[in-house]
Amino acid sequence: MLTVWAILIDGLIYASWLFLVAAGLTVIYGVMRILNMAHGSLYALGAYAAASALGWYYNGVGDQLWIALAIITVCAVAIGALAGLIMERGVLRLMYGRDEVLMLIVTFAMLLILEDVMKLIWGTTPYFAYQPYAAMGRFNIGVLTVSGYQLMVVGVSVAVGLALWFWLERTRVGKILRSIIHDREVSEAMGVNVRRMFTITFMIGAALGAIAGGVTAPIISVVPGVGVEVIVVAFAVVVTGGLGSITGAAIGALIVGLARAVSIHTMPELELFIVYAVMATVLIFRPHGLFGQAVARKI
Amino acid sequence: MGLQKSEIMLVLAAAAITLLSFVIPDWLAFTTTLAIASALVVLGVVLLMRAGLVSFGQGLYYCIGGYAVGMGGRFLGINDALLLIAMGVVVTVALAMLLGLLLTRYREIFFAMLTLAFSMILYGILVKSQNLGSTDGFGVSDWTLLWFDPDGGKGSKTVLWLATAVGLVVALFLNRYFGSAIGLACEAIRENEVRVEYMGMSRRQILYINYVIAAAIGSIGGSLTSLAAGHVDPTMAYWTISGEFVFIALLGGTGHVAASFIAAMIFIMVRTYAVELFPNSWQMILGIVLLLIILFLPKGIWSLFTRRRRVGS
Amino acid sequence: MTEILRTEGLSRYFGAVVAAEDINVTITEGEIVGVIGSNGAGKTTFINMVTGYLPPSSGTIAFDGSPIKGLGPRKLMRKGLSRSFQIPQLFLELSVLDNLSMALSASESRHLEMLRPVRTPERIAAADEILSQMGITQYRDEMVTAMPQGARKLLDIAIAMLANPRMLLLDEPTSGVSTDEKLTLMDTVMEVVKRRKLTVLFVEHDMEIVQKYVTRVLAFASGMVIKDGPVEEVLNDEKVQELVTGKRRDKDTETHQGDA
Repeated sequence: MLTVWAILIDGLIYASWLFLVAAGLTVIYGVMRILNMAHGSLYALGAYAAASALGWYYNGVGDQLWIALAIITVCAVAIGALAGLIMERGVLRLMYGRDEVLMLIVTFAMLLILEDVMKLIWGTTPYFAYQPYAAMGRFNIGVLTVSGYQLMVVGVSVAVGLALWFWLERTRVGKILRSIIHDREVSEAMGVNVRRMFTITFMIGAALGAIAGGVTAPIISVVPGVGVEVIVVAFAVVVTGGLGSITGAAIGALIVGLARAVSIHTMPELELFIVYAVMATVLIFRPHGLFGQAVARKI
Repeated sequence: MGLQKSEIMLVLAAAAITLLSFVIPDWLAFTTTLAIASALVVLGVVLLMRAGLVSFGQGLYYCIGGYAVGMGGRFLGINDALLLIAMGVVVTVALAMLLGLLLTRYREIFFAMLTLAFSMILYGILVKSQNLGSTDGFGVSDWTLLWFDPDGGKGSKTVLWLATAVGLVVALFLNRYFGSAIGLACEAIRENEVRVEYMGMSRRQILYINYVIAAAIGSIGGSLTSLAAGHVDPTMAYWTISGEFVFIALLGGTGHVAASFIAAMIFIMVRTYAVELFPNSWQMILGIVLLLIILFLPKGIWSLFTRRRRVGS
Repeated sequence: MTEILRTEGLSRYFGAVVAAEDINVTITEGEIVGVIGSNGAGKTTFINMVTGYLPPSSGTIAFDGSPIKGLGPRKLMRKGLSRSFQIPQLFLELSVLDNLSMALSASESRHLEMLRPVRTPERIAAADEILSQMGITQYRDEMVTAMPQGARKLLDIAIAMLANPRMLLLDEPTSGVSTDEKLTLMDTVMEVVKRRKLTVLFVEHDMEIVQKYVTRVLAFASGMVIKDGPVEEVLNDEKVQELVTGKRRDKDTETHQGDA
């Protein structure tokens, strides 16, 4: 029984982290039909930026938790949005209208470039920024203990999810984006400045990825390669939930999070395998994911 | 270039390599072997590309081929190189036939990412397997090839001959394949799926066949690599390796079988130096070159040498 | 007079949108049937369902007596049902001869056969024959991208014919073709149709063409067949004129309201 609770709690914590990571990826796909393989690198950028900033902060400037959290947010959003802007304007824009797979390869190229850019800037030694994590202590839920920081991540994830939902459903920009998701050509015909929307979307998606990384920085050791491992799992989440759907990303995150928690507690070697097995099972019943849309036919 | 002509060129090239093998230094022989082995995996990527799919996960079968050689020697006491390669192919084909059923259902992006995922799954499993040396991998036991018993230097000439022979056979087969009805059907699928179905061909079946063949030759490439290098480790399934194969495939283009071998050779030679000189920028250079290739040479470097006959606009 | 195609209660919905509803049509072998209706009336949906491109929401389809609902294009082709497309579906990067050779190779061979080269003497001969029947032999070795639209439509139809179908469905064969070429195109196609004794059903917006080549007309409106009968009867029907052709037909004055 204890294990079941442990699995549920672990699953929830992991799911909230997964949602943060996957949200940006699915939004970009939904609007632009681009699967950004470099999303993991944006995550890593966020993690590195946050880790460095926290390192600078805790090294004599101060030690207030809430300022540290603010620093994480600001740094991650800034670097994510900036990198997103450069990537979209500088590279992707040149390739619009080309094959979807060509775009995938382009994002792969950006992944290669970013991985080394990070190595050049931050080197290969691991970065630690555990202070916020330590400062938030541990809490007891029944007989189990959970770290305060992890609980906060759950909260952040829910907040981000709500913010995204609000933004897409209630704001003008959000509605425009939804119309583009639904049908790009019709939107363009109705006068929507799709290009500008693409830039905004990509920057937001990138910022989301970076936030996920920034928030995770205090929990991990930030080293080269963290980004790539993330994209593999994020992809499973996004596909399970349905490419382009935020709700899908949330539900997909829950499913994958639980699956992973089950695996960790029972058969740790098969962690990734179980995640993908679950994804494959979902795809058998819903080939486009739980909330995905079928692609329009050609003739 | 008629069919027969290009095949003769391939045979001549193989003969030339064999003759030169007696005089070239060991490191060059090793590099050439690696190039041929890599080219085989790359040809698998090319095969799928011609049908409109990109596989970011050929490393899966490359790794299986390598570990088959390693495990065959270490756990089963099998020493004949050809037998080891065959073992790898058998396991690979069995797995590919299974995975192919799932993968061929999906469109390009799904396919690409799923292949990546599967190779990373293997990576994850191998990294956590203590019996197989985890991240360190393990060494390949001494092996024999038919009546040869290569001694010293892991038989670098022998493995080169083996690679050349195997490479030639695969190259000739694929050359025929590309020019056959099914080869043309692959390009047709990429071009116009609807028409393909209305002509009576099944996109799925054609993709499935291609996937299994690509897996098989990827496995052979992995086996040859491990025979030459004398070592196997999980990085053979890591995404960066698969990415390199995609890079080489784009470098060489999908026009001709020989292009993959040439591109692989260029790549490996450049990489050997670059990784020493710029260890932290090598991937970035790859990324930039990849972008340039996509922007300016969509058909790969090979398109510089052959121009498609274009009539009208 | 064998029945070759029969649909009963054939319907297709996209959510709340009724693309086609309760279509009951019986076609006998040898008929040349025209399908008319304004855009969105359900003609293409009907063709897409019959040719296996779109699964029906309800109803049945029988070809040559056996049910074909839910079968894909490949199986239908082997049963003898072929179609052409409004926008010609061709392999632009291959030559015309290769397009045809591919079609032949695909329609006749089993898998191992496909390891052989595409251009065999028999296939080249068959391709040459249909090329001359269609009058596009001059494009034989050219890439499709070099062909004008009219020729491409003929090639598209030629590919459909190569499978030796018993019934041919043509989706707007003359659309995108200049007015003076339309008649030549249809003459060519109908000549081959007659020679091969095919049953034909084609969607058409140009009433002149319809009048000239068909014996029977199906008029679609709002997803349903509103009139089904001999040419004159359908074209003179009030409802059809109101909803489809939009013109009053007078024996003395021919006022076109165009190809809607």
